[in-house]
Amino acid sequence: MTDQALPRPVQSGAAVPRRPRRSPWVEHSILPGFGLAMGFTLFYLGAIVILPLTALTALALRPWELGLSGVIHALTAPRVAAALKLSFGLSAVAALLNAPLGLLLAWTLSRYQFPGRRILDALVDLPFALPTAVAGIALTAIYAPNGPLGSLFARVGIKSAYSPVGIFIALVFIGLPFVVRSLQPVLQDLDREVEEAAQTLGANAVQRAVHVILPALAPSLISGVSLAFARAVGEYGSVVFIAGNLPMKTEIAPLLIVIKLEQYDYAGAAAVGLAMVAISFGALMAINTVQLLLAQRGKA
Amino acid sequence: MPVNSLRTADRETPSRLSLEISGVSKTFGRFPALKNVSLQAKDKEFLALLGPSGSGKTTLLRVLAGLEEPDSGEVRFDGEDFLSLPVRRRKVGMVFQHYALFRHMTVAQNIAFGLSVRKRTERPARSEIGDRVQTLLSLVQLEDLGKRFPSQLSGGQRQRVALARALAIEPRMLLLDEPFGALDAQVRRELRRWLREVHDRAGVTTVFVTHDQEEALDLADRVGIMRDGELKQLGTPNEVYENPADPFVYDFLGAACRMPGVVAGGRLTVADWETVAEKGAPQGPVEVYFRPDEVALAPPGGAGLAAEVKAVAARGPDVRIECLVEGQVLELEAHGPTLPAGVAPGLALRIKPLRPKIYTIA
Repeated sequence: MTDQALPRPVQSGAAVPRRPRRSPWVEHSILPGFGLAMGFTLFYLGAIVILPLTALTALALRPWELGLSGVIHALTAPRVAAALKLSFGLSAVAALLNAPLGLLLAWTLSRYQFPGRRILDALVDLPFALPTAVAGIALTAIYAPNGPLGSLFARVGIKSAYSPVGIFIALVFIGLPFVVRSLQPVLQDLDREVEEAAQTLGANAVQRAVHVILPALAPSLISGVSLAFARAVGEYGSVVFIAGNLPMKTEIAPLLIVIKLEQYDYAGAAAVGLAMVAISFGALMAINTVQLLLAQRGKA
Repeated sequence: MPVNSLRTADRETPSRLSLEISGVSKTFGRFPALKNVSLQAKDKEFLALLGPSGSGKTTLLRVLAGLEEPDSGEVRFDGEDFLSLPVRRRKVGMVFQHYALFRHMTVAQNIAFGLSVRKRTERPARSEIGDRVQTLLSLVQLEDLGKRFPSQLSGGQRQRVALARALAIEPRMLLLDEPFGALDAQVRRELRRWLREVHDRAGVTTVFVTHDQEEALDLADRVGIMRDGELKQLGTPNEVYENPADPFVYDFLGAACRMPGVVAGGRLTVADWETVAEKGAPQGPVEVYFRPDEVALAPPGGAGLAAEVKAVAARGPDVRIECLVEGQVLELEAHGPTLPAGVAPGLALRIKPLRPKIYTIA
């Protein structure tokens, strides 16, 4: 108010202080050190992720061994194609099954109070901590035709261990914690008033879940599923025990790479590896894009 | 003001009871949140529940919405047993303090929510929902913001969306839980007026929870003052302000000065000041309350409490006068232009409370 009453000093054009120039694509942040932080990020990503992947590409494309046509030839071999299909197909299905399973678990753990909740909560992380081989042996023991669950499966005519079903079980097992842990913090932070508002507006339990809770969870559910998928694609230890490893039937791509390495077919192994990297990267990019679009909804 | 004229018109129309709360109690663990609360509201009445935090006003509101189940008591609405109805069948429009909007939906989708979740047989046609949303958007003065997301709105705009969303289901009763609590004073005052207008236009029984006595007195047809889970007093803003039932209500409704006194033989004595005690005043030692701006200042020879001015501070058009009375510091308030000249620190004068209220010592 007093500001208006005071005569304003006349400002000549030249006296306007020059703003420091900023790069147009860097969003201004109150935190300093963008340059340094970005530098380190790029350095680490480069040293830890990009460099090995480049080496892999170079290894696979070594012209004196295979050449581009050789790589394509190696990948279209029926055994390789079958392994890639099995790995990515089962990983995707396992990750998708982990979505409802993980949602249920996260929901139970974060919404209800019951004795032993903390123990159950800690158990979720166990697949993270277990050496994958141990998990594989344990799962095999349970699902083998003479194992406690395997015999039940066998009675209804399903071969669990040494079949794609067994691989699927192992992939669900190792993927579950990713979904649960992605969802839990979001579920805990969900505003109860929003659900109550939906309730007063006449929404029943299903409508509240579908229209209010799930949309809020969707971004983290997707990121949990994509983590589970990524982990499943690369999973080796727990799968090789339960899979039976029959070429064309229950042989996963990571195992095929190991087999090729053992046969000194380095270029062939690298070619399969490269294909896995390319498919995984494409899939994760697609998932991240969807997730980003979902997360942006409702943000300014 | 059109608002005020509407209000008086409303008050004069005798109308039937719509909300009847009787003997409602609720405890959380061992903490009693509501103790045997009973009150009634007339059809289309605007009722404010006023009280400090923890007084049970929000719990009572949540009981009305069905979000909380009372341990005992009865709630009837239009004669119907409300407690046996599940939340989603009560058709109450609830507005929360922190808006509780659906963040992933646009403003229009938020408002349409209550209609679009209805059973197919009861759901209006799509175009009809669209029309209703537009009407509500213009009612809350957000015509052009239907496509925005809540995060792109200001606090005041969000609260208006929340109100439109609650009104969309054509609620039988509107419940507002400190709807302006998270907004700044300027926006609060604007929305307050506007809310009253919306209420009058929508013609729906409204229960409004607040801890701001100015808001309650300004808005409501009747105000219920709550403390520790009990309803202390219920009446029109004038009734409760002029005749607070107890010292707590007196204190809560505005600034108060308090002096010890004695009532004997129809006379009230406070220090060296004696006056007629109001009829029905308690006998013996009492507490005398008066508003800091309801006093007459007189020269030392006049009637009233002997006082010495300690400090005078202007605060906009009002002047705060700090006085020493009987060893006790009282803060009085006067309107600047009507203040006698010469009131300055060190001056001896007499203070005569114009409308003292007498309460027994608790």
